[in-house]
Amino acid sequence: MKHTSFSDILSKFDFDAYYQTLNDVSVHDIHTALNQKKFSLKNFIALISPGASKFLPLLLNESASVTRKRFGNVIQLFAPIYLSNECQNICTYCGFSFTNKIPRKTLTKAELAKEAEFLKKKGFEHVLLVTGEAQKSVGMEYFMNALDVFIPLFSSVAMEVQPLEETDYRLLHQRGVYSILVYQETYIRSTYAKVHPKGKKSNFEFRLECPERVCNAGMHHCGLGVLIGLDDWRLDSLLCAMHLDFLQKKYWQTRFSVSFPRIRPAEGVDIHPSVFSHKELAQLMAAYRICFPDLEITLSTRESPHIRDQILSYGVTHMSAESKTHPGGYTQGDALEQFHTDDHRTLEEIKESIRKKGLDPMMKNWFASEIY
Amino acid sequence: MPDVLVIAGKEFRSRLFLGTGKFSSGQVMKEAIEASGTQMVTVAFRRVDRNNKNEDILNFIPRSDDLVLLPNTSGARNAEEAVFLSELAREATGSNWIKLEIHPDPRYLMPDPVETLKAAEVLVKKGFVVLPYVHADPVLCKRLEEVGTAAVMPLGSPIGSNLGLKTLEFLQIIIEQSSVPVVVDAGIGAPSDAAKAMEIGADAVLVNTAIAVASNPVEMAAAFKKAMEAGRMARLSGLGSQSLTASASSPMEWLDEL
Repeated sequence: MKHTSFSDILSKFDFDAYYQTLNDVSVHDIHTALNQKKFSLKNFIALISPGASKFLPLLLNESASVTRKRFGNVIQLFAPIYLSNECQNICTYCGFSFTNKIPRKTLTKAELAKEAEFLKKKGFEHVLLVTGEAQKSVGMEYFMNALDVFIPLFSSVAMEVQPLEETDYRLLHQRGVYSILVYQETYIRSTYAKVHPKGKKSNFEFRLECPERVCNAGMHHCGLGVLIGLDDWRLDSLLCAMHLDFLQKKYWQTRFSVSFPRIRPAEGVDIHPSVFSHKELAQLMAAYRICFPDLEITLSTRESPHIRDQILSYGVTHMSAESKTHPGGYTQGDALEQFHTDDHRTLEEIKESIRKKGLDPMMKNWFASEIY
Repeated sequence: MPDVLVIAGKEFRSRLFLGTGKFSSGQVMKEAIEASGTQMVTVAFRRVDRNNKNEDILNFIPRSDDLVLLPNTSGARNAEEAVFLSELAREATGSNWIKLEIHPDPRYLMPDPVETLKAAEVLVKKGFVVLPYVHADPVLCKRLEEVGTAAVMPLGSPIGSNLGLKTLEFLQIIIEQSSVPVVVDAGIGAPSDAAKAMEIGADAVLVNTAIAVASNPVEMAAAFKKAMEAGRMARLSGLGSQSLTASASSPMEWLDEL
């Protein structure tokens, strides 16, 4: 049998049929999706359809109940650490974009250690390392050096960096990285080309096939997502869900997560994202949960405290807290942010808001670092 | 004679074992443990957090000689990882009891029979009291018994599913054949499922989701305790066998007089 990649599936996607299905969603389709709790194009489209918004309370209750049963009454917390804002890509929506005249900073090992110790003292055990894409100064050599700082200190270290080769993922995995996040931003090729005019990131296929390289390398966890606001969020989310379904079937040993980042204001960014309401965010989250009962769902500080508090108990499993989105953000505070966060509360305040919903904020859910 | 269950020389008056995941707070978990009357709680070693001592799950597990702490290897994907984790858990908790669970499948958390048998053999040799979580596979349970596990823990249905004893017929074969205690683990969704497990002769059950995710976990723990006592009492009292044909309910002594 010929090896199928998601790229092949995406190439054959019938856009007209999608619009037709979305247009034809009936109340019966919505109820069927709620009952089946399984991914199919039809079920997912039904749940994200404008018509399903009338049933939002029903969707959310179902989503909450599936989440509690599968994940329990807990929310896992993590903190991002920005290692560098150097970037050779031009991404029209991002504050780190190459042509954006901001002070650039790549943290030294000593600076990394300071950030790491700061978060460790706060009680974080799960961290996410984030960078722009500057292959020369922030490539594998830099990552391996950085991991020397983080791996011994934290229970889990996830990475959200430029797409790498499978051999690189193997090396990172051997060094103790178990989780890679790589968001496609948009699955619509024409839009992707428009917002990524220059740099390595303009290679759509290399990014699209990245999760497969991550899984092949033996990583335990892979995170997917689209940047909401670049194109039609329904269509992009459906394609992301298809990607997820494809990966889950092919890589039965890997855990997957999804996040719903929306375009946020950032320095030098003049893009006007299409509107994505809080209600639509809640509906999208419920649709994912109902179609993928064991999917991890992350809600970041891009969202406001109000909406985070409102929806955290309805499907979310992971939340970032007290995030700074620029290198040295926790201990220095000079370089500019990738985007402006919206939830500025302290870790303790966020923990308290989780407890108020009857949930347990969980700081550690993986083995202490000395194991690996 | 009091009805006690003995595993590896340790006596248990309660046949209800508790999992500690998914609770809304350490305090609720602690109260549920107390209400259940359990003498064995299992805790995922990956939740043990010595960095945040105030919030460490171990702080909420009442420590007494009457309560066995059973660390589990949840998260391990193969025998090698499970053995390594068991050794670390023993060092961290001081308990040489280990619930061996190896599930490379993160979706349904199905136990890997090959790796489990391999790890069990190594751990027994290293002096652990091994309680392996397995599919309700009678042959695998015998093989585990042969390598020296202290009990076997076949599943009733997938973890967290609350589906009850979907493997009933196979559990009955395991119970019939086993020379070590049989603990039904996973899938127990309601007190009636736990009672049923007792009625068919299981030695104990392990419950987590059905209690932790209940609206009132403490009351639910108490409900499980009662149901299990009833189920066990029924078992010991000689349950009538099920049959679809009618049978006379009074003794027919007059037949002797004919």
